[in-house]
Amino acid sequence: MSTTVTRPDESEVTAPARSGRTSAGIRRALPAAAILVTIALIWEAVSHWFGVPNYVLPSLDSIWSTGVSEWPGTLASATWVTTEEVLLGFLLSIVVALVVAFALHSSRVVRNAVYPLLIGSQAVPVVVIAPVLAIIFGYTITPKLIVVTLICFFPIVVNTIDGLASVDPELLRVMRTLDGNRWATLRRVEAPAALPSIFSGLRIAATYAPIGAVFGEYAGSQNGLGYVMIQAIPQLETALVFAAIFILTVEAIICPWAREGKR
Amino acid sequence: MAGTSGTPAAKGVPLQTDANPGAPGTGGTSPADAGGAGTPLPAGTGLQLSGVARMFGPVVAVSGVDLEVPLHSRLSIVGPSGCGKSTLLALICGLDEPNEGTINVLGATTSADRLRRCAWMPQRDLLLPWRDVLGNAALALENQGVRRRTARQRVGHLVERFGLAGFEEKLPYQLSGGMRQRVSFLRTLVAGKEVLLLDEPFGALDSITRADLQEWLRTALDAEPRTTVLVTHDVEEALLIGERVVVMSARPGRIRAQFDVHLPQAGSRRELIRHPEFAELRDEILSLLEAVT
Repeated sequence: MSTTVTRPDESEVTAPARSGRTSAGIRRALPAAAILVTIALIWEAVSHWFGVPNYVLPSLDSIWSTGVSEWPGTLASATWVTTEEVLLGFLLSIVVALVVAFALHSSRVVRNAVYPLLIGSQAVPVVVIAPVLAIIFGYTITPKLIVVTLICFFPIVVNTIDGLASVDPELLRVMRTLDGNRWATLRRVEAPAALPSIFSGLRIAATYAPIGAVFGEYAGSQNGLGYVMIQAIPQLETALVFAAIFILTVEAIICPWAREGKR
Repeated sequence: MAGTSGTPAAKGVPLQTDANPGAPGTGGTSPADAGGAGTPLPAGTGLQLSGVARMFGPVVAVSGVDLEVPLHSRLSIVGPSGCGKSTLLALICGLDEPNEGTINVLGATTSADRLRRCAWMPQRDLLLPWRDVLGNAALALENQGVRRRTARQRVGHLVERFGLAGFEEKLPYQLSGGMRQRVSFLRTLVAGKEVLLLDEPFGALDSITRADLQEWLRTALDAEPRTTVLVTHDVEEALLIGERVVVMSARPGRIRAQFDVHLPQAGSRRELIRHPEFAELRDEILSLLEAVT
């Protein structure tokens, strides 16, 4: 199989790289860091020297100082609320997605019945769904979890189904001659074979989760980073909006990145 | 537990992979009963194919195949590529159903029952890359409901005989092609089926390893006979392992000729190949194959 063929090469590549890992890591991160620093410098220059008003484009240092001063009162609890929505929603979407994917894989009837609905669920704009959910469930965490799940579960389902279907058909025949029933094949062959694709699905989904949480909060909430933004924008507290945006961005980057580090 | 798993090693018979004596249902049906006195079969009947045909749309893969393999005897099938040899094996072991004709495997005629009696080994090893040697070999036992640790222990006793000692915990990508094929072989045999269906099992190996395994398989099957059907391109391999050799023609696959092989049992591979009757048969089959293609 192709995986076994490529594997030795990978180990050959990583083994010597491990010794000089840190320096190589820094060297790889250098160009990206240079771009970030350049953007930051241009940002600072524009906001300080070109007379752009602070409520249009706050300078980075004012965003930082606003973030620090608002952290204890507003941002800390908002970050906590949003993080909770992101993590719980992500967890829920993993459970839903895996159940749906295994059901779709195992039964043709389920596949015919559910697959069109699944694609339909992605055609419905979440921005429109969120307020309706807020009407139904109020300002609770429930509508946020539903929105996060709606956004996140699809990439997980698609990748999981792909992974489960990636098994060599002849191997499935071998399993049948080795007394492997449907369940044994799923458990001992298809599920392990699908793991890499499941994880790449999770990584995609993890970056979507904060977006879902903020949509949910926009539609109606009493706390959270989305709530902070929607309060700050009419009052032209742009620095606070940017502080919230940066926190969200960091969150969206950390989720999938932490997973990659673990592998 | 230790007693049962110790049995195969103690017997010292190469093919004795009686690894599932306690397995319920599936394990009990084939190997233990088939040779015993209590079988409902007429004595000596192993495989019986009559008038078997298989079509894939307009393509006739095999047609009008009548075959009989007595219990515990070995049949080799040779033929040009695409003559439906592999289709025939899939039909016998119940992975596929014929459009016409009947297949009887030790009394089993439905595909589910045939699957329970047949072990099938394709040319590619198809090992699970995330399982080590023992884990791959123990797959059938786990499928039959044996607990993982017990299954690994039972398989562990057989590893040495397959030339895999010291490699128990290696993953497939760490093994040579010959070793992987031997793991695949071990996995097939551990399933404890009465009928062995080999689809070019040594086709992907280098000639030295192949010769080695041919000799090993021959002595192993002599020591503990199983009803075996071997499909191969290699006429020598067919003659070495088969007690009867069947020549098939290409599209639609039909049986053109059958040869009974009478060679001294005890001879080594080299002696057999030098044997005049061996050479004569090989010549005859080769010229027939040329005519067929």
